[in-house]
Amino acid sequence: MILSCVLVNNIILAQFLGICSFLGVSNKVSTSLGMGMAVIFVMALSTLVTSLLQKYLLVPFNLTFLQTIVFILVIATLVQMVEIILKKISPPLYQALGIFLPLISTNCAILGIAILVTQKPDFSLLDSTLYAIFTAIGYTVAIVIFAGLREQLSLVKVPKKLDGVPIALIISGILAMAFMGFANLV
Amino acid sequence: MNKLKIFTNGFIKENPALVLILGTCPALAVTTSAMNGLGMGLATTFVLVMSNAIISLLRNFIPDKVRIPAFIVIIATFVSIVDLLIQGFVPALAESLGIFIPLIVVNCIVLGRAEAFASKNTVFDSILDGLGMGLGFTLALFVMGFFRELLGNGAILGHKFIEGDGILIFVLAPGAFLVYGFTIALMNLLPKKKSKETENVKTE
Repeated sequence: MILSCVLVNNIILAQFLGICSFLGVSNKVSTSLGMGMAVIFVMALSTLVTSLLQKYLLVPFNLTFLQTIVFILVIATLVQMVEIILKKISPPLYQALGIFLPLISTNCAILGIAILVTQKPDFSLLDSTLYAIFTAIGYTVAIVIFAGLREQLSLVKVPKKLDGVPIALIISGILAMAFMGFANLV
Repeated sequence: MNKLKIFTNGFIKENPALVLILGTCPALAVTTSAMNGLGMGLATTFVLVMSNAIISLLRNFIPDKVRIPAFIVIIATFVSIVDLLIQGFVPALAESLGIFIPLIVVNCIVLGRAEAFASKNTVFDSILDGLGMGLGFTLALFVMGFFRELLGNGAILGHKFIEGDGILIFVLAPGAFLVYGFTIALMNLLPKKKSKETENVKTE
């Protein structure tokens, strides 16, 4: 499961979730690492809470059609709560993750994984949470590698029309090809 | 700003997928064929138009401090409606779009237009804006899906015209990034010409 989540089914390069933040905050290795940490933290928590809700509230009461609404609200609230709690309990951690937290509630990777695990019927609570953590680690790996590449990229001259987002996307394409090489590992 | 301008703004000048670089996740994920791109685009258009209309109607009643959660609830409602409609009437499309239909909720385009346009403008203008933006998005997805299907499967709209496989990489993940990158680069070529044309018109 670790290999599958982190490398083969990498959330960014194979499942296309969380691309907005992938392109947005990957200018520097340090910021992307911070973002990655925040994603691991929030994804684990939100998946735990949403699968609990799914299992004990939505399914027993036949409310699964409300899934999208409930999940997005839970995630948005959770992110706010985490922000407030971190500020109080652990100021250094808040300093490190703080600016990334508000960005996360609109990160489709979080909601995506929350919905994905509900579609896997044989997943227990522990499975779901582990799945979320490993996936988030895969996100971090991809975004840090990509940030490293972009730092190098800022040093070279790129054709004018390709500068900025287009070249970043083409590089992620090549990176995705490289990750495809892991396909036979599992 | 006149009505026509609001409507056509989303097509080229502010095309959400290709110029504003919003909504990248669905743009990459569902464009394995032109039809999928079209379906996703139309679903997003519906959500955009409806949520823009409702948010614009309620813009004077929603307190400023809780506006983002309020917007999200409105958007999530319409996304659920679309989700159920697609599952009910076009199950094949629901199958191929999968998780990306509920993910329209976190599509930055929808919330972005709600915040930037619908919360400040009249209902009619907001509907036009939603329609224009949505169709611009649909167009972008359709073009990308078209090229990926053409190169990857050797098919146009599901009709194969070559024997065997195409360049398979284009239907897989890397091809999505490559095609997206080059489509944006192509878009970068366009506006230059446009602005020159309008300059010429002005000088004439």
